[in-house]
Amino acid sequence: MTQQEVEILLVEDNPVDVELTLHALRHNNLANQIQVVRDGEEALDFLLCRGPYSDRTFDSPPKLVLLDLKLPKVDGLEVLREIRSDSRTKPIPVVILTSSKEEKDMVLSYQLGINSYIQKPVDFNEFRETVKQLGLYWLLINQPPPAEAFTRK
Amino acid sequence: MRFLRDTPINRKLMVIIVLTSGLALLLSGFAIVVSDTVLYRAGIRRDLAALAQIVAENSTAALAFENAQDAEETLASLRARPYLVQACIYTVDARVFAHYVRRGGPSECPQTVEADSERIAGANLFLFHPILLNDKKIGSLYFHYELGEIASRQKLYSALVGVIALASMLVALILSSRLRQLISEPITRLAGSARAVSETKDYGIRAEKQTEDELGQLVDDFNEMLANIQHKDGELRKARDELEQRVIERTAQLEAVNKELEAFTYSVAHDLRAPLRHIDAFSRILAEEARPHLPPQSSQYLERILEAARQMGQLVDDLLNLSRVGRKELSLQVTGLNSVVEEVLASLRPEMEGREIEWKIGKLPFVEADPSLLKQVFANLLANAVKYTRPRDHAVIEVGSLALNGESSVFVRDNGVGFSMKYADKLFGIFQRLHRQEDFEGTGIGLATVQRIIHKHGGRVWAEAEMDKGATFYFTLGAGEKAN
Repeated sequence: MTQQEVEILLVEDNPVDVELTLHALRHNNLANQIQVVRDGEEALDFLLCRGPYSDRTFDSPPKLVLLDLKLPKVDGLEVLREIRSDSRTKPIPVVILTSSKEEKDMVLSYQLGINSYIQKPVDFNEFRETVKQLGLYWLLINQPPPAEAFTRK
Repeated sequence: MRFLRDTPINRKLMVIIVLTSGLALLLSGFAIVVSDTVLYRAGIRRDLAALAQIVAENSTAALAFENAQDAEETLASLRARPYLVQACIYTVDARVFAHYVRRGGPSECPQTVEADSERIAGANLFLFHPILLNDKKIGSLYFHYELGEIASRQKLYSALVGVIALASMLVALILSSRLRQLISEPITRLAGSARAVSETKDYGIRAEKQTEDELGQLVDDFNEMLANIQHKDGELRKARDELEQRVIERTAQLEAVNKELEAFTYSVAHDLRAPLRHIDAFSRILAEEARPHLPPQSSQYLERILEAARQMGQLVDDLLNLSRVGRKELSLQVTGLNSVVEEVLASLRPEMEGREIEWKIGKLPFVEADPSLLKQVFANLLANAVKYTRPRDHAVIEVGSLALNGESSVFVRDNGVGFSMKYADKLFGIFQRLHRQEDFEGTGIGLATVQRIIHKHGGRVWAEAEMDKGATFYFTLGAGEKAN
């Protein structure tokens, strides 16, 4: 990935779900700068600028992380925990985008400090609408955290 | 008698002894005094009669020879008898011949001579005795005797009897105090043992057997009873411990099963939904992108696919909810049912768009229940009411509370299509439906969820209905009602 600003980091292991989410984002012209990673380890590598992404820098974090919960290698909540405990990534807005509405998942997520929890609707139209609202809100309406919010380690 | 009943045994015995011995003594004393009086009096009369006889015979000579002086001397010797008030000798023609009178007594002899007899008047005895010479009566002897000595003797004896009785009672009391203990002590000991057992609940205590009488037998029986209780108590403890052990094991088992169920549910939540979403998504995309190229029938098929996916999604959601309801622990709070109904009504607004529905919400009680679960109950029941009254131009849905057999119950009544009571027992089964899918959509899990929630609260839920007239659903919440 080039140093062009990544606006959304999509963390999703299911390829069909990736395709559908991108389709929905594209449908609403929000798909320009999206980075897709397929498991928790890759997500952390990206956000913490290490491994295959060691040429990334911390001064251009994504405006939004769309995080699924059930991921291979490192699961969603673990990724969340790590992001939130590192001051270089702590302020990044994280929205959980998942199939489940299990209370256990929601409780843990909110306790770890997510910004929002969205259950993917079965109805695709609804899903598209949800994604549109998500995109509009987090990319256009919401003010992303300023650079000073991220401190050096 | 009542006051005696509640006094200690020792005192009871003392009272019994004192009373009985006292009474016995007094009665016998009384009897003695009375019999003594009677005998004494008889003795006096006998004595007096003899005296009269003697004096009469001694006066015969004096009377025969008209020697008044001799006669007076004879009579004078009667001084020896202080209770003799007066003695007179009469001649045959009732003339006073000789006379003796006690100091202070009457100076004159009585005028009339009565027949030879004895007469008692009050405390005085009057005696007329003939004076005979060769069996011929030559005169009469008159005695006037005072019986007062009897009364004073009576008094003396009574006093004596009284003192003796008192003294005897005292002696009886003192003597018996040692002997009373023979009875009262074993009883008191036994009572003490019994109290010790009931206070400390220690069934190992045994009473000490001190005597071989009925009390001793009672002690034996008491001890046997205690041994019995101790044994039973021991067995009870053992049974309880065993039960507790079993409960612990069973709980562990249940917890393990529950954990499995949770894992299963979690899987279902995540993994069943994803394919469903995909089916829906691609069907739609296909419909959208291929619409110009598709024959109308194919669009129809796609619609069917979409509908099926949607339904399955709904089913998955309902099943997950049912499972969650079963597993969740009740968090009881005082809940105002009216506010729950208001919330549910608000969320049903979209459903009620374009419909004419009359809502009659009565005053509902405050209950101790889990508010989020109760909300689900009302959500299901009210949504059903709204759904099944769809064919009606003017739907009437009533929510109220009712007292049935002393229990407070809540009901939801509608004037919708109702159902036949023939199938009433299927109503709350999972996946059971009493209507066609094309007439009224539904998964058949709503009422099963309601039933599970109500049963969790310890209540009952049931329904009454008539085909095409409407249905009423009732539920109670066990004993969880708080007064308003």
